[in-house]
Amino acid sequence: MRRDILLIEDEPNIIEAIRFILSRDGWTVNTHANGVDAVERVRTLRPDVVILDVMLPGRSGHDILRELRSEPDFADLPILMLTARGQTRDRELAEQAGVTAFMTKPFSNAEMLEAVRSLVPVS
Amino acid sequence: MPRETLTGSRIRERRIMAGLKQAELARQANISASYLNLIEHNRRRIGGKLLLDIAQVLDVEPAILTEGAEATLIAALREAAAHARDHGAEIERVDEFAGRFPGWARLLAETYRRSGALERMVETLSDRLTHDPHLAEALHEMLSTVTAIRSTSSILAEPGEIPTGWQRRFHRNIHEDSARLAETARTLVSYLDAAEDASADRSAPQEEVDAVLADADHRFEALESGATAPEDIVRDLSETSSHTARTMLERTLARYAEDARAVPLDTLTDAVSLHGTDPFELAAHLGAEPGRVMRRLAALPEAVAPAMGLAICDGAGALTYRKPLPDFPMPRFGAGCPLWPLYHALSQPMQPIARPVAQPSRDRVSFDAFAIAVPSGPLVPGVLPLYEAHMLIVPRAGAEGATVEPLPVGVTCRICPRDGCAGRREPSILARDGGLSG
Repeated sequence: MRRDILLIEDEPNIIEAIRFILSRDGWTVNTHANGVDAVERVRTLRPDVVILDVMLPGRSGHDILRELRSEPDFADLPILMLTARGQTRDRELAEQAGVTAFMTKPFSNAEMLEAVRSLVPVS
Repeated sequence: MPRETLTGSRIRERRIMAGLKQAELARQANISASYLNLIEHNRRRIGGKLLLDIAQVLDVEPAILTEGAEATLIAALREAAAHARDHGAEIERVDEFAGRFPGWARLLAETYRRSGALERMVETLSDRLTHDPHLAEALHEMLSTVTAIRSTSSILAEPGEIPTGWQRRFHRNIHEDSARLAETARTLVSYLDAAEDASADRSAPQEEVDAVLADADHRFEALESGATAPEDIVRDLSETSSHTARTMLERTLARYAEDARAVPLDTLTDAVSLHGTDPFELAAHLGAEPGRVMRRLAALPEAVAPAMGLAICDGAGALTYRKPLPDFPMPRFGAGCPLWPLYHALSQPMQPIARPVAQPSRDRVSFDAFAIAVPSGPLVPGVLPLYEAHMLIVPRAGAEGATVEPLPVGVTCRICPRDGCAGRREPSILARDGGLSG
């Protein structure tokens, strides 16, 4: 089974660390560093899981989440959202928009792995 | 106004509170009703045994009738009681409390004021945490960097082989991120240091300004003569104040200096002795803007004229200047009574308003209020002007000569006993039914 992940995040060093951990776990990690054309990237790549940062250059993660959920193709796509602000408002917004899981920075690598694994049924 | 001259008013107030008719009190005190009427209107002095008798009938300490208690102190105590109703403070005996234990009463009022100031400081601070974009950005930056460091370092710390190329890259990343983290932390600390200034002691800058003005009795001798620049006074007066308060004070004093240059003390003193204290009449004679004349009148020494109160508000109704009088208190923060001519003036810009006003349960006609709203900046075609309103409060000697029914006003709703007031914003602690329904 193909295990493709799309990491939408703009911090180069976070991208690097997550890419390393997930690759070692057997995922194919693709990255995208801005919000503007993130939805387009999801459409062409069709990943199994999306990791989406809330604060992105160009467009907020909340907007991207809403747009993805409005398309039938991505209604059930597992999306893990990352935010640097542990604010309940962010979480509420994300839950209303239909996020699959939510994680606040700073997280541990183990938490990240566990969250991503739980999003995809074990093959 | 000397407080002892108001003994009669206080007797009247107390009698009405006790629900006694004038004739009834007169009978119990063995005097005629008409004589009591003269006393109650402060037209006959009262003392000695008669005072003691009346005090006994009214069941109050004689000192409360002769000295009364500071109206502002009473107002503060009422406010404090309103704030903590559950404690069942004996509001109906507030005059007695303030009269018998003035020191305790002042301590209580000051403690209440201080706790209010602290509450507002906490609000300001928590507001800053949620809405301050600088702070939000700095925290976001820190959390992002910490996330990267945490993730990278735990990869390095975990057991198991990591290819050398990756190892080197991760070490470099941690090094970069830690430098960035240090920089963000430094920025954040210096930002918070600067912000601390703004939340010093009194929290609300307007309150700091009010305190400085009140300490100076709203009068700055050094500015009258033009000998000192406003900035120098601000430097001397407000060492401990926040930057915001200093800026506001500087603006107020610059305006004072400008007023004093345009209408010097001697000129005003002469004009007052010729024409009295009607600011509109004075403005016409002096060729000055009425608002300016009101500000000058409020800064007159008591040797020239009895102390006058002044309130200035901006177009939003926020009080930007308040000089209360002992018998015409003004709220320390928030807006005043919506019935004040000050606010009427805002709704009819450029229309001078002059009319007697009465505070609840005080001497029927105590004050003349003069108010006007004028544009606060230059008039520019196509730009809606912003208005500023002034209200001057001039104490009246008595009820004599009143041709217009005085406008009943209050201080602020919470401590106002008036029933059935159309302007009421919130229930009063004094009206029986809370006043909202009436």
